[in-house]
Parts: sequence; structure tokens; C-alpha cells
Amino acid sequence: MAMALEAQKTTALTGNEAAATALRQIEPDVVAAYPITPQTEIVQLFSTFVSDGLVKTEFAAVESEHSAMSATIGAAAAGARAMTATSSNGLAFMWEMLYIAAGLRIPIVMPVVNRALSAPINIHCDHSDTMGARDAGWIQIYSENAQEMYDNLIQAVRIAEHPEVLLPIMVTIDGFIISHGMENVELLQDQVVRDFVGEYHFPYPLLDIEHPKTIGPLTLQDFYFEHKREQAEAMQRSKAVITVIADDFARLSGRQYGFVECYKMKGAKYALVVLGSTAGTAKYVVDELRQEGEQCGLVKIRVFRPFPGPELCKALADIKAVGIMDRSDSFSTQGGPVFAETKAALYQASNQPKCVNYIYGLGGRDIEPSLIRQAFMEVKDLATSNAVGGGIRHLGVRE
Amino acid sequence: MALPDLAKKPQRFTGGHRACAGCGFPITIKIILQAAENPVVVGCSTGCMEVTSTIYPYTAWECSFIHSAFENVAATISGVETAYRSLKKQGKIQEEITFIAFGGDGGTYDIGLQALSGAMERGHKMVYICYDNQGYMNTGIQRSSATPRGANTTTSPAGTHIPGKQQYPKDLTAIMAAHNIPYVAQSSMSHWNDLYRKAKKAFSADGPAFLNVLSTCRLGWATAPEDTVDVAEGAVQCKLWPLFEVEEGVWKLSFKPRQPLPVADWMKQQGRFKHLFRPENAELLTDIQREVDERWEKLLKRCGIENGGDKQG
Repeated sequence: MAMALEAQKTTALTGNEAAATALRQIEPDVVAAYPITPQTEIVQLFSTFVSDGLVKTEFAAVESEHSAMSATIGAAAAGARAMTATSSNGLAFMWEMLYIAAGLRIPIVMPVVNRALSAPINIHCDHSDTMGARDAGWIQIYSENAQEMYDNLIQAVRIAEHPEVLLPIMVTIDGFIISHGMENVELLQDQVVRDFVGEYHFPYPLLDIEHPKTIGPLTLQDFYFEHKREQAEAMQRSKAVITVIADDFARLSGRQYGFVECYKMKGAKYALVVLGSTAGTAKYVVDELRQEGEQCGLVKIRVFRPFPGPELCKALADIKAVGIMDRSDSFSTQGGPVFAETKAALYQASNQPKCVNYIYGLGGRDIEPSLIRQAFMEVKDLATSNAVGGGIRHLGVRE
Repeated sequence: MALPDLAKKPQRFTGGHRACAGCGFPITIKIILQAAENPVVVGCSTGCMEVTSTIYPYTAWECSFIHSAFENVAATISGVETAYRSLKKQGKIQEEITFIAFGGDGGTYDIGLQALSGAMERGHKMVYICYDNQGYMNTGIQRSSATPRGANTTTSPAGTHIPGKQQYPKDLTAIMAAHNIPYVAQSSMSHWNDLYRKAKKAFSADGPAFLNVLSTCRLGWATAPEDTVDVAEGAVQCKLWPLFEVEEGVWKLSFKPRQPLPVADWMKQQGRFKHLFRPENAELLTDIQREVDERWEKLLKRCGIENGGDKQG
């Protein structure tokens, strides 16, 4: 059934403002949060929505990120839609509770504004915070810009709370680059968002006192494994749900999202794989190179958990070499996490392009078009020569 | 409340749990839960209480219960209580519900102190109960900041050079009173009437309340299971664990032993203090008695009992 697109309003917003606007429209029952640069603005803006009576939300200004996640888990388990937001060391401080939120199958949605982890302390963008949490059992969605942050947050509520899923989701934007940069954002009307996300229904709410439940029991050798297997299956099932919700959202907004986005991959012989705001810069470079007659393209990963292995293999099915860009290092000596996982996925693919890893942009180091052009040219060399891939290179660092 | 009437009240914490014979905390929580008039939601920090009462697929809890981690029960229940306020404001919930957080002294005095302080400062309407058994008993009897000086634990072992724990315990109840919350009290599982009365007051407080309840660990204290209640009573009778309450900032002593025991008499009942009775530790015993007396005098002053020095002590 064809549906008319909903009316939308174009507004100039920073990434943080777009996230706060999404939170206001989602209007969770509870927000428990702690400020940290560069996420602080989200919490501040949301506090003013609460103070000005624009939302029904109860806001708990907790004393740490550990307590923010603990209180959010408690609130969501009680039967309330609950959210929080963080960055960097704040996310690291939540670590223990991230695993617990996922293991208890609590469907929390959390914006994360990507920032480098200490030490050395640094307030600028890289992906070491969320990449470190990649195996915590959360769905992870990376946003290229403020519009995607807004759209992804709204979709995330439906995905997380879907009865086939019941998993927490972190939705990221790049710190400062997107969180503090202003762009035009198409906003849906408040009621449209409210209708889209619907009512929160946790299957075992603590506040249903007529049906008492014990949440978070001790589970030993006889059941722990089954619980973890179920959790893994929920992550597997989330793939179909992510697709369905993306289609639903496209019908409202006209904006269609997938696990990966292919940019000018048709006829491409070589490509870069990126996630986050760097995709925007890389698209600009692809446009330039295509005009110069180069056969290059770009694959942007939007959903990193569950990892889109088959989708990536399909996207890279016709190319000879790929540069895989990581805005964090895993220190494994095997390259960054995007590299390691993409390469692992390609092991089963019918086409196995040569791979090279680019570690770039750590601690907010600018990733200029000239650096991306350099990476493309190196990958082109790999595609057209007998050189062997597999290396790890650092882009834009002093030697 | 008469004891036979108390025994007839419905149990929210049932038998069949796996706590040791002679464990203090089941007695503690049964009495406290019986004092709650409204339905309750209970949170629990990781520790003996949690691991012995919720071994999947069984549970000893007849009420809503959540456990998530060790240091965060105050934060978890503050989230539950915030959810309640939100849903009640929206008309989605009508019932009056009471919110309770249980933690041992490890989860309360030490690793959970920040989350507790934050929850109390924010004013969540919840009752936090510390069942203080004076050590990290679940992990095998390690010292905590609630462990008495001189106690032999596995991380403050009584050795040939160091006679057990070197420090006096933190005065957590006073720290909680300094949060200026409506109700703070110290009680003991040995004094069921005192505990029941204080739990009632805590549940009816207009805001957060905190109870610190001495609860014997017969393994950690090295006492006989059948002596659990008597040993806790001894701590009260020797003034090491005074019973008092702080209501809207006013300190009030709940019990004054007629003939206080020397602390050494209480310690003699417990294997964890055995080494203190060697001749070379005589001075340490004297020091401990002096500290207990000083803390008692300080408490009496806070309670407005001037010149109340215990002549028999």
C-alpha cells in the first residue's frame, strides 16, 4: 500500500541538537544521564525540555555513568521506556553494565558521541569508545551526519523493543565533527514520531506487582550457556527486524537505510570501507576521482553489530582491492576492528579482493580529502599491480 | 507487634534458599519485609543474599526482584523508583509501591558507597538496607571497611607479625545521617522488635531512608549456627554496635545496655578474634575497648545524653 510521505520541517541543527530533538520526540518515560564532553549538550538540552514541561519524562541527574546505565536498566526493567547518552570514558565506565543490559535483554537506546578513550586524555573524535564495546551484546548503528543520527535513533527504539530482539542499541555520531557541526536536518512532526515508536511494552515489568518476577538471578553451568545462545539468536534475528523497520521508516520519511550504503560502487574496481562522518568526506573524494575517470567507489557500514558480513561481501563482489578504514586501533597487531572483521567476512566470499588497513583520525586528527585521495591511489596500485595486500598503514600520522 | 502476630504475616522471602544454616541475613530481611504494608519491589547487590536466593530456575522471592551488579543496587532501585514516578504521573500505575535496596557491607560501605550517596542525595523514595556482616563473606571472608579492628580475615590474616585487621570500621550510619535524609537508623537482627519498628519508620519516611543492620555471618565470624542471634546481641550489649536512629536530623539512642559487656567477652565467642587473647595482644584489646567507649560517648552526646558516660563500661 502506497503511503504519502509525512510533512517534514527542515531545520539547521547540530548533531547533538538533532539527537536531543529525537529524544524529545521519542519522549521516554525516564532519562538518567551524566554529562561528558562532547555528549554534554544532549543532556543539557534534554534537561531544559524537562524543566520547560515539553516532555513527560522524569529526569534523574545521576552521579556517574555507571549509575546512569544502572538506573536506566532499573527503569526499563520496571516497565518504563528509559534512555541515557554518553561518550568515551563515560562509556568505558559503563562497561560492566553494558554487558548486563544486553544479558538481561533490556531494550535501551543510547546515543553515543564518539570520542577517543584516555590515555592520553583527549576530547576529540575517534571510535575507540564504541569499538571497545563492540562485543558487549549491543546493536551498534553508526551515523554519518546529524540527519542519520536523528533517523537512526527513532528507528532504534522500534528495533530494540521488538519482541524478537529485546536488545540494547547504541547509535553513534562523531564527536565535535558532527555533534557540534550544524547541518540542515529534516524533522518529522512530533506526533508522527510518537506514533512510529508507539508504547513501550517490556514483557516482565517489575512494577507488575500482581505477577512478580525475579530479574537477574544467578545462572550457573546448567543454564548460562542456553541464555547466551538465546542472546546470540536475538542478535541474529535483529537483522530481519532492522530491515523491516528501515522500510517502515522510509515510507514515512523517504529516507531508506540498509546495513551498508554503496556509493558509486557500480563499475568500481577498487573501494574504501568506512563508517561515520568520514563517509561524507570520502564521497566528495569519490566524486572528484570519478570525474577524473577513476573506477573507485565507497562502502559505508551503518550497522556494525550485528556485523553485515554477507552485505559487505556482496558490496565488494566485483572489486580487486579495498582499503578498510579504522578510526581506532585494537592493538592486536592485526589491524583495527573494521579491518579484522571485514577480512574475516571476505574469507567466505567468492571474490576476495586484496585488503589494506588504514588507521586514521585518532584523537580527532583531521581526515582531509587529500589523505583519502592518497588512500584511494594506494588501493588503486594494489588493484592494478602484483603487490600483496594485508598490511596496516597509518594515514595522516607523523612518521 | 507481638511475635506470634509477626509470625502470621505473609512471607515475601520464602524458605528453600541456599543460605548457610545459622546465616543472619534471612532473619534480617524476613523481619524487614514483614514491616512493609505496600507491595514491594526489591533490589539486591551481588553477594550472599543474591546468590543464595535466586539460583535459576528457582527464586526465594515472592515479590518483584532485580539484581544487576555488585556496586549499583542504589542506582538500580533509583531507576525503578523514577520509572514508578513517571508512570504514576501519567496515570499508568495506581498502586502504592515500596522500593527496597539490599546490600551487604561490601556493596554498601565500600564498592557501592558512591551509588548509595548519589541515590540518597537525589531524594528517591526508597529504603536502603545494609545487612552488615562485617566482611566480604560471599567471596570467602575478606576484610571490608566494616570489619572490626583485630578480626582475622583472609585479607587481614592474623599472622606472626600482624594481628588481624589494623583499622577501626568506618561509621557508615553517621555518614548516611550526614546526607540529611528523613530517616537513618542502626539496628541488629538480634533485636527483632527494634528492627521491625525501624523498618516501619523507614517505609513511612517522606523520602529516602537508610537502615544499617548487624547480621551475623557464622562462617566469617567462626561461631556456631545456633548462636547466630546471641552473638549479634552480644555486639549490642558490649556497645560495639549501638542501636539508634536519626529522625529528621534528631539523634536518638534506642537501647542502653544495663550492664555493658566488655568487648573482649563478645570477641571470645568468635573464632575470628581468637588470636587477640594471646598475651602479646593484650594492649590491642585495651585499645579496642577504649575506641568502643569513645565512640559510645560520642554517640551519647549526639543523642543529647550529657554526662551519660557509661560508668559500668
